[in-house]
Amino acid sequence: MKEQLEAIQSEALEKIDGTNNVKELQEIKVAYLGKKGSLTGVLRGMGKLSKEERPVVGEIANKVREAITDALEQKSEILEQEAMEKQLEAEAIDITLPGRQVKVGGPHLLTSIVEEIEDLFIGMGFEVREGPEVETDYYNFEALNLPKGHPARDMQDTFYLTNELLMRTHTSPVQARTMREFDGGKPVRMICPGKVYRRDTDDATHSHQFTQIEGLFVDENVRMSDLKGILDTFAKKMFGQERKIRLRPSYFPFTEPSVEMDISCKVCGGDGCSVCKGSGWIEILGAGMVHPNVLEMAGYDPEKYSGFAFGMGTERIAMLKYGVNDIRQFYTNDIRFLKQYHNA
Amino acid sequence: MLVSLNWLKNYVDIGMISPEELAEKITKSGIEVDGIEYIAEKSENVVVGYVESCEKHPNADKLNLCQVDVGDDKLQIICGAPNIAQGQKVAVAKPGAVLPGNFKIKKVKLRGVESNGMICSLKELGVEEKYVPKDAVDGIFVFPDNVTIGGNVEALLNLNDAVLEFDLTPNRADALSMHGVAYEVAAILNQPIQLPEEAVEVSDEDANSYVSVEVEDKDLNPYYGAFIIKDLEIKPSPLWMCNYLMAAGIRPINNVVDITNYVLLEYGQPLHAFDYDRLQSEKIVVRRAKQGETLVTLDDQERTLSEDHLVITNGLEPVALAGVMGGAGTEVNETTTTVLLEAAYFVSSAVRKTVKDTGLRSESSTRFEKGIDPNRVKKAGLRACQLLQQYAGGKVLANTVEFDELDRSEKVVEINTTEINKRLGTEITIAEIIDILNKLRFNFEQNNEDFTVYAPTRRGDITIFEDMLEEVARIYGYDNLPYTLPVGASQAGALTERQQLKRDIKNYLQGTGLMETITYSLTNEKNIGKLISPEVQENNPEPIALAMPMTEDHKYLRLSLLPELLGTLGYNQARNQSNLAYYELGPIYITHEKTLTKQPDESLRLAGALSGTWTEQPWQQEKKEVDFYLTKGILEGLFDFLQIPVLFKQAKLPDMHPGRCATLTLHDEVIGFIGQLHPILEKNMDLKETFVFDVNMEKVFAAYSNESTYSQIPKYPSIARDIAFILDEEVLAGDVKATIEETGAPLVKKVDIFDVYQGENAPDGKKSIAYSLLYQHPEKTLKDDEIEESFNEIIETVNSKYGAYVRS
Ligand SMILES: [Zn+2]
Repeated sequence: MKEQLEAIQSEALEKIDGTNNVKELQEIKVAYLGKKGSLTGVLRGMGKLSKEERPVVGEIANKVREAITDALEQKSEILEQEAMEKQLEAEAIDITLPGRQVKVGGPHLLTSIVEEIEDLFIGMGFEVREGPEVETDYYNFEALNLPKGHPARDMQDTFYLTNELLMRTHTSPVQARTMREFDGGKPVRMICPGKVYRRDTDDATHSHQFTQIEGLFVDENVRMSDLKGILDTFAKKMFGQERKIRLRPSYFPFTEPSVEMDISCKVCGGDGCSVCKGSGWIEILGAGMVHPNVLEMAGYDPEKYSGFAFGMGTERIAMLKYGVNDIRQFYTNDIRFLKQYHNA
Repeated sequence: MLVSLNWLKNYVDIGMISPEELAEKITKSGIEVDGIEYIAEKSENVVVGYVESCEKHPNADKLNLCQVDVGDDKLQIICGAPNIAQGQKVAVAKPGAVLPGNFKIKKVKLRGVESNGMICSLKELGVEEKYVPKDAVDGIFVFPDNVTIGGNVEALLNLNDAVLEFDLTPNRADALSMHGVAYEVAAILNQPIQLPEEAVEVSDEDANSYVSVEVEDKDLNPYYGAFIIKDLEIKPSPLWMCNYLMAAGIRPINNVVDITNYVLLEYGQPLHAFDYDRLQSEKIVVRRAKQGETLVTLDDQERTLSEDHLVITNGLEPVALAGVMGGAGTEVNETTTTVLLEAAYFVSSAVRKTVKDTGLRSESSTRFEKGIDPNRVKKAGLRACQLLQQYAGGKVLANTVEFDELDRSEKVVEINTTEINKRLGTEITIAEIIDILNKLRFNFEQNNEDFTVYAPTRRGDITIFEDMLEEVARIYGYDNLPYTLPVGASQAGALTERQQLKRDIKNYLQGTGLMETITYSLTNEKNIGKLISPEVQENNPEPIALAMPMTEDHKYLRLSLLPELLGTLGYNQARNQSNLAYYELGPIYITHEKTLTKQPDESLRLAGALSGTWTEQPWQQEKKEVDFYLTKGILEGLFDFLQIPVLFKQAKLPDMHPGRCATLTLHDEVIGFIGQLHPILEKNMDLKETFVFDVNMEKVFAAYSNESTYSQIPKYPSIARDIAFILDEEVLAGDVKATIEETGAPLVKKVDIFDVYQGENAPDGKKSIAYSLLYQHPEKTLKDDEIEESFNEIIETVNSKYGAYVRS
C-alpha cells in the first residue's frame, strides 16, 4: 500500500507540473483528492489493514495528501498570477494621451506678496491690522503731522469726496488709528496692507489705485538701529540673503529722522546697470522714527515711547521681484498675466 | 534744482572728486541726486575763430564761404547759418573735432568748394535748445568781442560742466540756492566755504527821494526792501552768467532780468525788478487785493484777484502778484533806464494761495512757498545791486527803502549725547558731535554732553530735538548705524480669525478653479447702479462721487464688485481668452446720506464671474461648459465648508436672466445672489454667456463666528430610504426638498436629490424627481416603525402640497 501511495504522489505531482491551465488543475485536484479521487480510494482501503500498520500508512497517506495539496496551491498561484499578468497586459492604455483637465485657480500676484510679507512680520511678532479706505482728513493728514496748508500735502495728490473725507492716500492713517485704539497704553507692533488712492493719470508707472503695506513698531527704548535691523531682515528674506540694504536720509512729515531704503541691485550686484540706473541700488521703501507729534496726538508720551514706521508699495515690490513692467497689468486682470504668477 | 558744479566750485573746493562720487555722497547724506548731466561730453578741437571775410558760396545761394582766423591757422569754412557775418567771433570745430552725438568733423567738399571745419551753434555744442538765448536759437553763437581768438571754447562756454539734478524733499528748501548747496557740500566734504561779499558803491542820491514803502499786512509781508538803480544799460549778460543760467535751466534774456535770476539761484531769494518810470508813482504799497481787482501779468494774462491774494501796488493799482509774478505794465524792457528792485519776505501761505488760485508756479513762488532765509533777503538785494553796477552800468542810490518787522532769530535746540545715542543705537562721542556741528556750521554752546544748538535761519526745517537727531545721524552716516533688533518683551504675532478665514476662503475658491482678481474700486456712471445685490439695493444706497475725478471712468465708489469684474472678462474675451473663472474679495462703499458727512460703510463682498469652457478632454469629446449648477456648486461648497445654512431662492433681479437667478438667504435674510446675466446685458457689455455671484461676506463672517460649533460624530447607525415623486413641471425640486426636511425633522438628517427626469417615462407636463433620505438619531438606533411612520407622513405631505404621487 505504501508503494501504491508513493506512486499516486509521483503521478499527481507530474500531472500538476505538466498542466498550464486552471481548469486542468481543478480536474487533477478532483482526480486525486476528490471524493472519488484515487488517494481517497486508497485510503478507503485502510480499514483492511492491521492495527499496527494503520498509523504507519496513515502517516504516509497524510504526507502524500499534503504534498499534492501544496503542489496544487503553488501551481494555482502561478497560474493565477500568469492570468492576471495577461489581463493587465490587455488593459494597457496609451499613457501618452493627454490627461483629463483640472481647473486650476490661484491668487492674484499682489495677494501672494502681501501674504508673504504678512507672514514674515507675523513671524517677528507683528499683528495685521486694517483700516477704512475712505478716510477723514484728520487721520489721513492731521494726525500724521500734516496740518491743513502743510506744503508736504502737495506730495500726494488726493481724491477728496468732501472737504473732510477723502480716499486715503496711504495706509499710514492705520498707524494713528491703532495707537489711538491702544490709547498710549501698550506697545504696538503691526503691519497694515491695503488699497490706497492718488490723483494720478494711469500709465506704466502710475496708478490711481495701488496697494501699500505699512508697518509700525512703538515701545519704550526703540532705536533707529532697530529699524535698520528689522528692514535688513525683511529685505534679505524677501529678496535674498545676498542682498544688502542702504538707508538714505529722506523726508516724511510723520517721521523724524526719515529714511529711504534701497537694496543692492540683483542684476549687477551693485556695480551699476540699466536696471538700477547705474547707481547699484534700487529704492524699496520709506521709513523713519515716528515723529513725536504723531505719538503725542495718538496719546503716546514721546518722552517714554519711541518707535519706527515704514511703508512700501506692493506693486513696486512685485515689479522688482517678478519683472512686471507695467503697473496697469495688476488691474486689467489679463488671464495670461494672472496664470503666470499664480504660484508666485 | 539743477546744480552746476563749475558754479559750485566758486564757493567750495570739491577737489578731484568725480561728479558721480559727489552725487553718491550727497544722496547718502540726504538730498537725492536724480541724475548727472554733462553739458557736452566731448568738445575737443573747438576754438574761437574770427570771421575775416564772408562771401556767398559760388554754387549755392544759402551757403556762405568764410575765411576764419583760428589763431594758429586760417581755415576756409562753408557755413549755412543765416546770422553769419564778417567780423564775428564764433565757435569753430576744426577738422578732427568730435561734437556731442559723436559727430566727427572732417574736411569736406560742399558743391565743389573745400570746407575745413564747422562754425557751430550752441545746440551743436550740446546746449539744450530751450535754454539757448532767443537770438542764438536759429543760427550760430556769436561771442562778445573780448574773447581771445584761438581760445578754448570748452571753458568759455562752460561745456566741461556737469550738472547735478536734485530731487528735493519739501524740508530741504535750503538747497534751492547755490549758497545752501555750498553749505551742504562743504559739510559732506569737510571743506571750507567762501561766499561772495555784497560790495556796492552807492551814489550820493538817496533812494528815499524816489520811493516810499508801506506794508498793510505785516503778517504776510514782514520785510519789503526797495533799491533804486539808475542809468542802466540793457544788454546781454556776461558770458559766464549766461553759461551758469543755461546750466541751471534758465534762458538768458538781458542783463537786468538775468541778474535777478542769477541772484535768485545764488541766494535762493526771489527778486523782482520794476521799470521805475513805468511805475508812475513814488510809492510802493503792499496790501491784499480788493475783491475783483485785476492785473495783467508778465505773460499777458489778465488775472482777477480776491482778498486772499497779496499784491504790490503803486499806491493806486496792483503792479505785481506778491512773490508770484510781476505785472506787464511795469516790466523791464530795452528802454528801461531806472529800476526799482524788490527784495522781500512773503510768508509761504500768502504765496501758496495765489499760486493755487492762478495756477502760476515759478522759480520765485516755489521758494517763497517752501520758505526762504530771513537773513539773506537784504543781502540778495545788495548782491543784485552790485551785479547791476558791474554788468549793467547802473548807479545804485544810497539807502534801501524798507519796511522791516522780520524775525531773524535762530531757533534754539537742546541736544544731549546720551539721548542721541539712546535714540540712534550708537556710541557717538562728544568730540564727534562737535565735529558734526562744525561741519554743518551750526553755532552751539557745549557743556559736557549737553549742547545748545542755534539752528541757522537757512535751515528753517530744524526746530526740535528730532530734527537735530537727523542732522547728527546723516552727517555721522546712516551706513555707520549698527544693525540691531528691538529688545524688550516680544509677543506672538497671528492673524485674526477673520483674516485667517479670508485666506481660507480664498484658498477654497482657488482650489475649485477660480482665479483671484483685483479691480478698481472707482467706477463710472454707467456701472454704478448695476448688479447691486438686493439687500444693498433695498436700502437705497447713495452713490458716492469724487469731488474732482481724474477721468469719468473712475468717478464713483463701487456699490457692486461685479461691473468692474465683468469689465475684466470683456477685456480678456476681446483678446480671445474666453474661458474665465474669476473671483474678487473686496469692499463696496455704502452710505444713505445724500451729502456725505461721515465715512461710508465699507462692506466686504465676494463676487465671481464665470464664462466659457470649464474643463475639456478633446480626444474623448468631453467638454464641460460653465453653467448655473457649476457656479452654484462652488458656492454650496463654500457654505458647506463654512458650515452656514444658506438657501437658494428663485428670484427675478434686474440685469439677470429671469429664469436662471436666485437669491442667497441666510436665516430668511438675503445675503447675495447668483445667476446668469441677462442676455441683453451680455450683449451691451459685449460678453459671452456669463454666470455671476455676489455674496455679503460681513453676514457670512457674522454667521460663521456665531454658528460654527463642532458636533460629535454620530454614534448610532443611519438608515437610507429613497423615494421618487411625479410632480408638475413647475414645481421646484428645492421646495419639495425643503418640505421633506421640514416634515421629516428631527429624524431626517439629510436629503439629497439623486435623479431628475422629464420626457418619455414621465407623463406629459410632469417630471420625476428622486430623493434620498438619511434617517439618523443622535442618541439611539431608530426602529423600523419610527422610520416607516415618518416616511409615510412625508409622502402624504408632499402629495397633498404639490399634487404629487409616488412613482411606482
Ligand atoms: Zn544694477
